[in-house]
Amino acid sequence: MRSIYKYFYDIFHGFYSLWTGMMTTGYYLVHPKKILTQEYPDNRGTTLYIAERFHGEVVMPHDENNEHRCTACSLCQMSCPNGSIEVKSEMIETPEGKKKKVLKQWIYHIDLCTFCGSCIDACPSDAIRMSNEFEHASYTKDAFLKVLNKPGSKLKSKEK
Amino acid sequence: MISLSDITQWIHKMLFQYLNGTVAYGAELVLAGVAVIALVVAMAIIMVYAERKFAGFFQMRWGPNRVGKWGTLQAIADTVKLMLKECITPNNADKPMFKLAPIIITVVGFLALAPFAFAKGIVLWDMNIGVFYVTAISSLSVIGILMGGWASNNKYSLLGALRSGAQIVSYELSAGLSIAAIIVMSGSMSLNDIILAQTDGWWILRGHIPAIIAFVISIIASTAEANRSPFDLAEGEQELTGGYHTEYSGIQFALFFLAEYTTMFILAMLNITLFLGGWMPFHIPGLTVFNHIMDFIPGIVWFFGKTFFILFLMIWFRWTFPRMRIDKLLKLEWKYLLPISIVNLLFAAFITLMGWHF
Repeated sequence: MRSIYKYFYDIFHGFYSLWTGMMTTGYYLVHPKKILTQEYPDNRGTTLYIAERFHGEVVMPHDENNEHRCTACSLCQMSCPNGSIEVKSEMIETPEGKKKKVLKQWIYHIDLCTFCGSCIDACPSDAIRMSNEFEHASYTKDAFLKVLNKPGSKLKSKEK
Repeated sequence: MISLSDITQWIHKMLFQYLNGTVAYGAELVLAGVAVIALVVAMAIIMVYAERKFAGFFQMRWGPNRVGKWGTLQAIADTVKLMLKECITPNNADKPMFKLAPIIITVVGFLALAPFAFAKGIVLWDMNIGVFYVTAISSLSVIGILMGGWASNNKYSLLGALRSGAQIVSYELSAGLSIAAIIVMSGSMSLNDIILAQTDGWWILRGHIPAIIAFVISIIASTAEANRSPFDLAEGEQELTGGYHTEYSGIQFALFFLAEYTTMFILAMLNITLFLGGWMPFHIPGLTVFNHIMDFIPGIVWFFGKTFFILFLMIWFRWTFPRMRIDKLLKLEWKYLLPISIVNLLFAAFITLMGWHF
């Protein structure tokens, strides 16, 4: 008896689930405004939406005084799994006569980068972050070697 | 009002007036063949475009929208591309069979079009066993599929072909039994007579519950016979890399593709002829004025309107449901559809015997 009940239950339940599925797709058919596709090359610079958390490339934010927050500790370089980061630093003497390590060049090989974001996690002073810029295609290899600190930039002094 | 049958009659008279009998007959055959090929190719292009466009909207994307306005030329561009591509035959393939398979499957598709009545008087061959002929011919397509799969000398193709064979052979049964229910009601196997029997109302409305059950089973079985999702195990991209036509390219692949859409078109036409009255307008007995208004819409419009409705249903199925597993597929046929359609056939026979249908 139970098996007979199950037989007919299966049939009607099957039709119910078919109905549910077809109503879902039918709803999408008559609501074209819900379409998720972005017509990319056409909407470039107008309605193109890239999520803020998208891992596009590593950037180093500079403030209006051309100051960054990188202390050249090179933790990012060590955390990078494929060696796409080179942190070049130099020792300078401050006016007070102290010796101090400052950033010379933060070299980013974007052609080696897998956009894993380990460097951002490793950075103790939030000097770098991921931007959602994704159009990196280039005809020359030079474009893949980037120096992230702007020329003449300085370390931001600590807020007290 | 000029109907399509007037035009064909006029061509018929013209030919027999200016040519002698045999030549005129031959010329008519050629004309009919050209008309069939043109119809099938045109329908295939329209269906491919409709399928891709609807698929897009069902899945919240745009579908083709680059070639031509709204992508209308996409299907034509694809056809031209397939025609220009090289046909590659694998080294260890069974070469004659490999080349014959797409031809057989296409010929079968064209053959099955013969007994259909597209409008009043527009029928290539009004035979008295039309339904039987269509089911017999359309089940031949499995031979083409098996040949293609076997001759490719590729394990994926062979697996796909065997699955397709198992599937088509099983689903023929319930399709045949649901068709038999309508044959019992209308008392004829000629497609033309079945359409004329529906002058007072289509079978799906007049036949009570058995006709509705038969219609549902017939649609499910047609989807399976046309090898379409959710029953497209023969292709199964994920596990079989394309199934029986993995090794085909160029025009040979195009023929397989054309045959798939021809089968779909034929099964849709068969379903509407049996259940929705073919080219017969929607009539309600008693309402004379309403019936006259409906008669003003030409039969060909009714016919293709209904065909496209069934095709739309099939497209809707395809882009909604995931593919079934092979054991579940066979279980659905042998444990559910077949017993139900046998009982349904008895039920239909009983209703016909008692004269309970309208």
